[in-house]
Amino acid sequence: MTRKIYGPFNRVEGDLELEVEVTDGKISKAWVNSPLYRGFEQIMQGKPPLDALIYTPRICGICSVSQSIACANALADAQGVKTESNGQLASNIILACENMADHLTHFYLFFMPDFARDEYQQKSWYGELESRFRAQIGTAASTMLKARAEFMHITGILAGKWPHTLSIQPGGTTTTIGASDKVKLLAILMGFRQFLESQLFADSLENVSQLDSENGLKTWAEDHRQSDFAQFLRVADDLDLNKLGKIDAHFMSYGAYSFKDEFLFPQGIWAGNSGKKTNLNTQLIREDLSHSWMLSQNEPAHPFQGMTLPDPEQSEGYSWCKAPRYDESVIEVGALARQTIARHPLILDLVENNQSNVTNRIVARLLELARVVPEMENWCRKIKPNEPFCHQVSMPDKAEGQGLVEAARGSLGHWMSIDKGKIVNYQIVAPTTWNFSPRDKDNVAGALEQALLNTDVEDDGNKAVAIQHIVRSFDPCMVCTVH
Amino acid sequence: MFNVLWLQSGGCGGCSISLLNAESPDVMTRFKSADINLLWHPSLSEASADEFIQLLNNILDGKIRLDALCLEGSVMRGPSGTGRFHMLGGTGKSMMSWLQSLSEKADYTLAMGSCAAFGGVTAAGNNPADACGLQYDGKQAGGLLGEDWLSPAGLPVINVAGCPTHPDWVTNVLMQLALDELHSEDLDELNRPRAYTDHLVHHGCARNEYYEYKASAETLGDIGCMMEHKGCLGTQARADCNIRPWNGSGSCLNGGYPCINCTAPEFEQPRLSFTETPKVAGIPVGLPTDMPKAWFVALASLSKAATPKRLKDNATASQIITPPGKQKERS
Repeated sequence: MTRKIYGPFNRVEGDLELEVEVTDGKISKAWVNSPLYRGFEQIMQGKPPLDALIYTPRICGICSVSQSIACANALADAQGVKTESNGQLASNIILACENMADHLTHFYLFFMPDFARDEYQQKSWYGELESRFRAQIGTAASTMLKARAEFMHITGILAGKWPHTLSIQPGGTTTTIGASDKVKLLAILMGFRQFLESQLFADSLENVSQLDSENGLKTWAEDHRQSDFAQFLRVADDLDLNKLGKIDAHFMSYGAYSFKDEFLFPQGIWAGNSGKKTNLNTQLIREDLSHSWMLSQNEPAHPFQGMTLPDPEQSEGYSWCKAPRYDESVIEVGALARQTIARHPLILDLVENNQSNVTNRIVARLLELARVVPEMENWCRKIKPNEPFCHQVSMPDKAEGQGLVEAARGSLGHWMSIDKGKIVNYQIVAPTTWNFSPRDKDNVAGALEQALLNTDVEDDGNKAVAIQHIVRSFDPCMVCTVH
Repeated sequence: MFNVLWLQSGGCGGCSISLLNAESPDVMTRFKSADINLLWHPSLSEASADEFIQLLNNILDGKIRLDALCLEGSVMRGPSGTGRFHMLGGTGKSMMSWLQSLSEKADYTLAMGSCAAFGGVTAAGNNPADACGLQYDGKQAGGLLGEDWLSPAGLPVINVAGCPTHPDWVTNVLMQLALDELHSEDLDELNRPRAYTDHLVHHGCARNEYYEYKASAETLGDIGCMMEHKGCLGTQARADCNIRPWNGSGSCLNGGYPCINCTAPEFEQPRLSFTETPKVAGIPVGLPTDMPKAWFVALASLSKAATPKRLKDNATASQIITPPGKQKERS
């Protein structure tokens, strides 16, 4: 039995360190450490409530819009304001733009380059993968970056800039668009669709969305071998990535892309293959500080009662990250959770066969690209340029607000309490706080800590590429995790 | 070959993400054009864990030349000066101490974004992590490296401030350094590249006509000038945001919200709130930097008296309701 420390990890957003115990060449225990603490929840105490719209996006440069929307939703909840239809459509498009760009960045820049490492030189697929995906020099990156930058022009029109917009407000958006901006947005979306349909899928988005089983996906991959998605599926099949990073955690979704009181992807809890889907009740969320470098409360607390006071001397602590639990369960969030709860047939089949694993996490993300971009086109067409985009009302002196959103990486929640016109408490539970949570008071490990168990690390020495695949399959955002 | 190392500490990663927005051409092509070799970047490089730590040690041992060290995010000094709020994973050492050693090896050290330059948003409020910039602690010179510190090539820390930074600011300054075309006279009084801080955000602002006539927005989303009521600092803020667009055609002003002066130290602590203009006797406190106050007040009242109806109408609307010129007869 030996202990090893891995870190720092790059091609994840922010800082990450892992400690693992290896027994007979396999990981027998894992501890995930988020080694950076900034203190946003402390910074916001005493600030005017609307200023949270400036601070919270700056928690994270890659999920900036998600933070804005969670914050705007919490403020809207506190004010009791309803968002204008145009504002909802514009916010959905801005959020989807960030989420889709994040999925793309994850696939092309963060995840795939690990298969172009020297360690895989003996593989039959290595040559193709290496020329396409090698970090910094592969042909895919510059094509993708060009498509991504043009796609982000949507934010130039609707959000002023990205990251860190202030256009998203409780009640709608500060930007309004005219008929000519609307057609420009449609043209940008067509450009992005063409990139996806020529490079990523070599097929129409609609055809990809309609895949409905694991076998169907296999046949599709054989028929579209030149696509980047099929390249991944070929590697995944060869390396058995569907057996890697496997867990049977519960899934959660706060519901994604709301318009007129309906979600495109519904909210809910999915209690593993043996369980069933149940309604979301955020009252059941608790944050446990037993293994965090935080001044501990006696019992795990709901975020409205939560507090954040760093204590580096906490003896059981091994991470700045808190341990969120839903009804005492460990939860995995992200595209795979979202698409399972949305009951997409392909994802349901994959999860039924092999639960949550490296392959399934990647497939769910790419499926979302195929499903969401056509919706962005629809939302854009529904905008009515001559009608209002924002419904503004005054801020109460005393109120509470909960703001939920599905970021690219999963469920993000903000809980805000206002008294005498100032923020008195602000608690944030981010997607990777769920996925990369440390142990709780019952010593139950978090989702990644469980996913790493039994991974074979004997041959790889310190590099342990399998660990890299597992970690990156979650697309962790560490700056959101601790904030 | 110009070797660049990019590290992140107490920030959000947004300056890197913004860098990836570079286009015509993309970031990799830009670097190639100046023979810039990215030794390591958190979002772009293959090397992880031990491979990366080896690279850092090779730089410290002088086995690999380091031309430019870039830091994104604040220096984390807390708690109690230990740097423990950011330990570099896998090394058991604080990022603060890594930065101290590496900055002695790099010809140039650059702060990418306002956090690394001055402390930025991470230093807001009660500054729980005791965050500061590389050579500034807010407006105060000093920071991690000290007021008088100069890099081996003889320049102070180059503060590419902004929250986030524009991709052009970052690539242009690195390319100029690589081609030996950036010298001390190219930096302003806060060591920011004059290439963009010789401008004001006000320059090229699409709301300039409203500013001229003091036709002011009353709520966010109105198209009038946001200086009088909505906290806009564009007439004081040093940056070319309305000349050099963001994400194709954007800017904060084009997005319908005020400039918060994010290239300046301590922008993160506004006097009242970010979207409310502090006033004394009804006159905004922060006037254009180099304009005598009496003149401003006199001109403002004169122009206010002369405001065309068109601007008055539109200033408090979210979309143009009265266009210029004679209205077409509609049947």
